[in-house]
Amino acid sequence: MDDKRDDDRNDKGGVVLTEEQKRRRRARSIAIALVLGALVLFFYVITIVKLGPNVLRRPL
Amino acid sequence: MSLMSQGAGLPSHAVADGARLEPSLAGVTDFIALMKPRVMSLVVFTALVGLLVAPGHLHPVLGVGALICIAVGAGAAGALNMWYDADIDALMARTAQRPIPAGRVTRGEALGFGLTLAAGSVVVLGLVANWIAAGLLAFTIFFYAVIYTMWLKRRTPQNIVIGGAAGALPPMIGWAAATGGTGLEALFLFLIIFLWTPPHFWALALCRAGDYERAGVPMLPVVAGTRETVRQIRLYAIALFPVAIAPWLIGSAGPLYGATAAGAGLALLVLAWRVQGSGREAKALFGYSILYLFVLFAVLLVDHALFGPWIVGAHAG
Repeated sequence: MDDKRDDDRNDKGGVVLTEEQKRRRRARSIAIALVLGALVLFFYVITIVKLGPNVLRRPL
Repeated sequence: MSLMSQGAGLPSHAVADGARLEPSLAGVTDFIALMKPRVMSLVVFTALVGLLVAPGHLHPVLGVGALICIAVGAGAAGALNMWYDADIDALMARTAQRPIPAGRVTRGEALGFGLTLAAGSVVVLGLVANWIAAGLLAFTIFFYAVIYTMWLKRRTPQNIVIGGAAGALPPMIGWAAATGGTGLEALFLFLIIFLWTPPHFWALALCRAGDYERAGVPMLPVVAGTRETVRQIRLYAIALFPVAIAPWLIGSAGPLYGATAAGAGLALLVLAWRVQGSGREAKALFGYSILYLFVLFAVLLVDHALFGPWIVGAHAG
């Protein structure tokens, strides 16, 4: 298996992922996207709560 | 011990960061496992109690935010612990399937993950709550990862006694998040967990002494034997009893808490006295110690809800 991957690397000049590695990378990517989305929401809500009524007090 | 020498016994994938670049095998569950979710749940629970029984007021949304930061900070400490301890984890049956010794996560991934979570949790807790709480969280992570994991764990049988301070700080962080400071009541919450830690871990160590001996970790049963370990378990159980009921004695908690702490403490003493070696009694003490801490803090919360805020607390008024 390792030899085959090494051969593939040499042939194509790059790292060739196995199906399992691709599946796990996709799962990690989705998890990172979800965490980033949650962080955006988290910072937004925290900002609104911390600012309170001041969020409306701004020059028009 | 140098970082290089810690690679002994680990799969090549887990050790050879940079030597040969391999695609990561880590799954999402491996990163969750790095954060030690079971430890994290106890941290979150005790921090929640500290936050709710404190006399200060924190907006519920900010309170949830603070708890998330404390949870992530605890996860960071767990990841850094697994990064450093990967070599001995590989030698113990209980820890051999953790992500690094099992070869699913590289040490570099664990280190980067832990440091990122540590920095993020501290900074965000400072912004969400206050910088006293953030400073305590930073100190807790440092204490667990550096003082306990890197310094004490492999050098002294008092490792979990001193290192227990890291596990005892979360209620104080929760308290600080709500009040912006600490107080006598928060100190008692700290002391309860601090004195609870030795009987809890030494009961486990009695059952796992062979594992620790193989890994070269100088846990008390390995270094001083079963008899001395049992003696010290009993001493800490005795010391814990008055400290656990102290919040009621100083008028900071109500009678429900006082009665529960006394009853649960007596049961802990009885179980500690039954322990003779690594048999069923040690397992029973270990299991009960988890229930003891959970019940104590849960009843403190219920007591607080029933009898109002801390009655004669230092922060009253």
